[in-house]
Amino acid sequence: MTIVVQDVLHGSRLALARLLSQIENSTPAGYTALSELFPHTGQAHLVGVTGSPGTGKSSLVNRLAWHYRHPPEGVPQKRVAIVAVDPSSPFSGGAVLGDRVRMRDLTGDSGVFIRSMASRGSLGGLAAATSGLVQAFDAAGFEIILIETVGAGQAEVEVARLAHTTLVVEAPGLGDDIQAIKAGILEIADILVINKADRPGAEHTERALRGMLQLAHPGRRVFRHHGALETVQPSQPEPTSGESVWLPPIQKTIATEDSGIVELIDQIAKHHQYLHDSGEWEQKTRARLQSEFDDLLHTALVQRWRASVTDERIAHIFEKLAQRQIAPRDAVSALLNGVPR
Amino acid sequence: MNPLEKKIRVLIAKPGLDGHDRGAKVVARALRDAGMEVIYTGLRQTPEMIAEAALQEDVDVVGLSILSGAHNALVPRVLELLEANGQTHVQLFVGGIIPDEDTAALKAAGVSGVYGPGTLTDQIVADVRLGVLGETAA
Ligand SMILES: Nc1nc2c(ncn2[C@@H]2O[C@H](COP(=O)(O)OP(=O)(O)OP(=O)(O)O)[C@@H](O)[C@H]2O)c(=O)[nH]1
Ligand SMILES: [Mg+2]
Repeated sequence: MTIVVQDVLHGSRLALARLLSQIENSTPAGYTALSELFPHTGQAHLVGVTGSPGTGKSSLVNRLAWHYRHPPEGVPQKRVAIVAVDPSSPFSGGAVLGDRVRMRDLTGDSGVFIRSMASRGSLGGLAAATSGLVQAFDAAGFEIILIETVGAGQAEVEVARLAHTTLVVEAPGLGDDIQAIKAGILEIADILVINKADRPGAEHTERALRGMLQLAHPGRRVFRHHGALETVQPSQPEPTSGESVWLPPIQKTIATEDSGIVELIDQIAKHHQYLHDSGEWEQKTRARLQSEFDDLLHTALVQRWRASVTDERIAHIFEKLAQRQIAPRDAVSALLNGVPR
Repeated sequence: MNPLEKKIRVLIAKPGLDGHDRGAKVVARALRDAGMEVIYTGLRQTPEMIAEAALQEDVDVVGLSILSGAHNALVPRVLELLEANGQTHVQLFVGGIIPDEDTAALKAAGVSGVYGPGTLTDQIVADVRLGVLGETAA
């Protein structure tokens, strides 16, 4: 085992910080370390935090982490890592990463590690190396990993793929136009957060979200109560014909006043429990590994094949294609099967 | 900028109690426009907060904006903490209103650059590049 990895496993923050850079920069040392760390991963609860710009994601992450560090009596304290992604400028490739500004409450706590990341051209809310950084934190023993996305305001599917539990953060004002709440984002949400509940319009946002949820999850039970048709509010996982389903709860918060955060942590814990009880944890984990495996296999195969064929041969076949002497599919077959020119 | 060139990571912090961070933001943006990744931490940072962020973010450079006149206390403390954390390679530059006699002392203590109010951001960008990447950057 390399010394860096030993140091990381023994809790060296300097070694971890440097390793994160190696991973982020896709260096050979970074890849080696990830391989060595791999057996130590798979323990952490990965919680994604996504939502439009300025809805209060960083402020929420700050308070969530603080409460994980200061749990009520009898509840074990958790070590928390935070990965906060901000966009890179498409013009200069540089970035200003400002999420830490909202995370001052976590200063001086060795059980917290905050890392800012630039998206470096990746679309979808995360950076290409985010999952590598998360693996390193996982192996280093961080039990909760909070992943804040860019906040492009679009359905950020990447984070839902990576995280076990995805929080979608909305705020009043932004959601006034119901169209602004993308249906896609509801599909990735395990928990819907209406932050800035102190602002006017919070009720309106909540109604809009409930309406959207009803459309997105039409299988919910409806029953009569005192003669009136009443719908079950989607707040708890409900058993349906023996199988449990998770209906995304809506949690109102005021991050700047620390309101609703304990309740939100409770919802996150419930979702964690649900994932284990339903077998989804295992399924999600396998699906993620499968897609990583597929991607790597794909890349490796392309590279290996590419090394075995000359540029001239590719150019020659393509020229035939361009002249319409050979169809695209047949051009590919010719290349792969080494059909003589 | 060569895309294969290492990304330079810079922490920009505003220690002390004085109230505005316009200068710090201007420098942060200039460094970003030069292709660097700038971690911006905001107002009223203590030396401990700055060193902790520099460590977690594995930065190459720390830039401090100090207008309060407290540089003689703050800067050596930050240098000391960076060293205690094992970040001896990190360069530290200071922007603000620093009297000439203090400038010499700060540089002697290990500060890589001291920039007064009239400094062009291009100068800071060039110095940071040269400091981190060496002659190849010039
Ligand atoms: N009134 C009110 N303001 C809030 C609340 N939560 C956050 N804010 C403020 O909203 C602004 C944006 O908060 P951030 O936490 O930076 O939001 P963000 O979603 O991380 O922003 P980006 O990362 O830039 O997308 C800040 O000025 C916060 O102080 C809240 O519950 N109520
Ligand atoms: Mg943020």
